[in-house]
Amino acid sequence: MSNGRTLLDVQNISKKFGGLVAVNGLSFTVKEQEVLGIIGPNGSGKTTVMNLISGAFPLSSGSIRLMGRELADLSAHRIARAGVARTFQLVRILPGLSVMDNVVAGAVFGHRRRWRTEAESHARDLLDRVGLGDKHYQPVSALTYIDQKRVELARALAGDPQILLLDEWLAGLNPSELHTGIELIESLSREGRTIILVEHVMDAIRTLCHRCIVVNSGQLIAEGTPASVLSDPTVISAYLGDD
Amino acid sequence: MDILISGLLLGGTYVLIAMGLNLQYGVARIMNLANGEMIVLGALAGFWLYMTATISPLLTIFLIAPIAFAGNWLVYRLLLVPLVRRAGNQGQLEVDSILATFGMSFVLVGIMVSLHGEYFTYSFLASPLSILGTTVALNRLVAFGFAVVIGLILYLWLNHSRAGMAVRAVSVDPASARLVGIDVGKVSALAFAVGGMVSAMAGVLISTFITLDASVGVIFTMKALIIVIMGGVGDIRGAIVAAVILGMVETAVATLIDPGLTLAAAYLIFLLVLLFKPQGLFGRAPV
Amino acid sequence: MTGEVRSLLIGAVCVALAAAVPYVTDGYWLSIALTAMMYIALSTSWALFSGPTHYISLASGAFFGIGGYLVATGMSDYNQSFWLMMFVAAVVATLLAGLIGLATLRLSGVYFVIFTLGLAEMIRNLVSWVQNNFLGSRGLYVLTDFTDAHIYWMLLAVAAAVFLFGWFIDRSRLGFALKIIGNEETVARHVGINTAWTKVVLFMSTGFFAALVGAIIAPRYSYIEPNLVFSPELSFLVVIMALLGGTHRLWGPLLGVIPFTLIWEAISIWVPNFTTLFLGLAFLTIVYFIPNGFVGLLEKLRHRSVA
Ligand SMILES: Nc1ncnc2c1ncn2[C@@H]1O[C@H](COP(=O)(O)OP(=O)(O)OP(=O)(O)O)[C@@H](O)[C@H]1O
Ligand SMILES: [Mg+2]
Repeated sequence: MSNGRTLLDVQNISKKFGGLVAVNGLSFTVKEQEVLGIIGPNGSGKTTVMNLISGAFPLSSGSIRLMGRELADLSAHRIARAGVARTFQLVRILPGLSVMDNVVAGAVFGHRRRWRTEAESHARDLLDRVGLGDKHYQPVSALTYIDQKRVELARALAGDPQILLLDEWLAGLNPSELHTGIELIESLSREGRTIILVEHVMDAIRTLCHRCIVVNSGQLIAEGTPASVLSDPTVISAYLGDD
Repeated sequence: MDILISGLLLGGTYVLIAMGLNLQYGVARIMNLANGEMIVLGALAGFWLYMTATISPLLTIFLIAPIAFAGNWLVYRLLLVPLVRRAGNQGQLEVDSILATFGMSFVLVGIMVSLHGEYFTYSFLASPLSILGTTVALNRLVAFGFAVVIGLILYLWLNHSRAGMAVRAVSVDPASARLVGIDVGKVSALAFAVGGMVSAMAGVLISTFITLDASVGVIFTMKALIIVIMGGVGDIRGAIVAAVILGMVETAVATLIDPGLTLAAAYLIFLLVLLFKPQGLFGRAPV
Repeated sequence: MTGEVRSLLIGAVCVALAAAVPYVTDGYWLSIALTAMMYIALSTSWALFSGPTHYISLASGAFFGIGGYLVATGMSDYNQSFWLMMFVAAVVATLLAGLIGLATLRLSGVYFVIFTLGLAEMIRNLVSWVQNNFLGSRGLYVLTDFTDAHIYWMLLAVAAAVFLFGWFIDRSRLGFALKIIGNEETVARHVGINTAWTKVVLFMSTGFFAALVGAIIAPRYSYIEPNLVFSPELSFLVVIMALLGGTHRLWGPLLGVIPFTLIWEAISIWVPNFTTLFLGLAFLTIVYFIPNGFVGLLEKLRHRSVA
């Protein structure tokens, strides 16, 4: 994996909220077909990094390039079309639409755009893939939390993104759901998808990630294989909070 | 100088108008578009009691305060709480409360038109007075004085009483207020009722120097909104500054350009604020 | 027969039936039908934007006023033809709606309502002031040889165009995008929808249609006064009729307009002092008893009879 081309190049990005510096001069890269984990204590700025990449709000400074193309000044919908898809830490579904239409939404406007029957059959495949084969036409608000997370994942996949951002997609699952969830992401990775994974579940990090970065207070404190960063003393002390 | 003094006096009454709405929107989170009608109701009461029983408007203020308080409390409890309960999210609540309070506003106008369809004109303390070379009517000055007093009382209440503290806590962050044991529902009702009461009192004061009719409420609502949004929702000091600015600008436009353009000028300020500073003059960008 | 062909056919039959009204009656009832047709066009096009987005626009009166006023000034002060001015008015209103949209659609719901209300009032004030101070020497006359039947047919054509437009939107990416925006704007942006553009386009269409209606109605009044055509009441009526019928179906507002126009007409004749009170009660009724409009009620009933 490590010898692939660079897909996403994040250079020196910062984000200030008023006086609070949530992300502070962070740089990292993601290669094609790589699964990169971002870990760090609560409030360390992981979600903010995801928000900056997906264009949820503008950068304070820095540069983010997707295959050489600068994303920093683009609005969220352009970034999505350029090939960045995401899920949200707190699930965001389209409550008034059916499960099917929730996923079609991702297929119609995303990186690769489909319409009508093509979009629907694509959405159907993805729903089967994430394990919602029997719930296509239910109202999405009737689903359980885990199923809503599945819908969100299918929606993110529906536009055939270049890179997939998963923000604690595995959080809140019970052990058996977690197992299925990890397998699902693993199969996406085997297909050759590029993924950035924000997780607190260390098992998932160990199993899924090729490489990890650790952030604390918006700064990069370690980078390397999951095993090496998780045994790094600075990382351990950051998690224990005695920094 | 003329403009400064007249503008300041006008601004003083605007402060009161805006305070009512500020409490209602800032604390109870209800954008009450019937707020202007509360003002007009107060004015109607002032006018009517003076004409039929020669009761001084300055006394009427205190007569109607408890009634307005009770009325607004009931409106909140009976009509608005169900909307709060029903709404799945803030957006839905906003739409519902806008429609409901528009409805109330029209109902109140309808009732007032059938009670008294003409202008509320009477003359009270209309003798001219000269301050710093500017001639102003005594009633304006008295109204300004009362506005300052009511504003001060409100300020002291908010900052130095238990209930006032609770109100402020809810306005800053309802969720945390709940955590420290504040009954948010009760406090919201209280704030809504006090807000309505202050508006009605302001209405009585205004009736002494401006001629109103049953249908001008919407103009007051808009002015109150302009001030609240310009000053920043929930920000009393901001509201005072904004009210004075609005008073000055209106007076300036009326004397320097054309009285026909005052309203347009007020709306223009409003639109500019909404476009460029929707979080208020002193507000931080929303997070 | 597919569903699409069927709904188009039903639509065509309705238009044909509606077109026959002037042959059946030409007095009082035609004038009521004309008013109803005007509100059908206005409320339906309003609902195309406000239904899915939940942005309540109170600018209909402004766009309508632009239509009426430009036709009137153009014809009486500048000797232009009705048709040309109708076209100019529609263009001006569409552009204005575009500007309003670009400026405001990032504001939250309450502020949008207030902005549109304030803007409409400001335009009314400014136009009245300009008219009274600079152009006021002569009145504004709209003299044409249109009869009520002609005006009615033109409005019918606009209403039919609104329905066709709505039908088309419903089947397009634009309509789907709008539905998603109404559900969750953040998601909409992150799946690749240009939310600003989508909303602005739809909002421009309401401006366009309202100005057309305002222009077409102008000859009916023959004498135009800015305060008359830039009526804030009209904005509220449009909103209320659309909500009463229900905004989540294309034909919803239609169900609101017809009964409301009849009642409104009756009240204006019998107890004119109560129109405002009635308007208020109608708002309250909608909020408290029929939040999804008549369409919502019908759907609930049908649901119950099926279950
Ligand atoms: N929109 C925002 N406005 C203001 N501050 C924010 C915003 N989003 C995040 N923050 C602040 O930025 C910091 C980083 O937050 P972020 O959500 O990125 O952390 P995180 O690493 O994702 O935490 P967690 O593991 O709990 O999800 C926090 O202090 C948070 O309060
Ligand atoms: Mg997070």
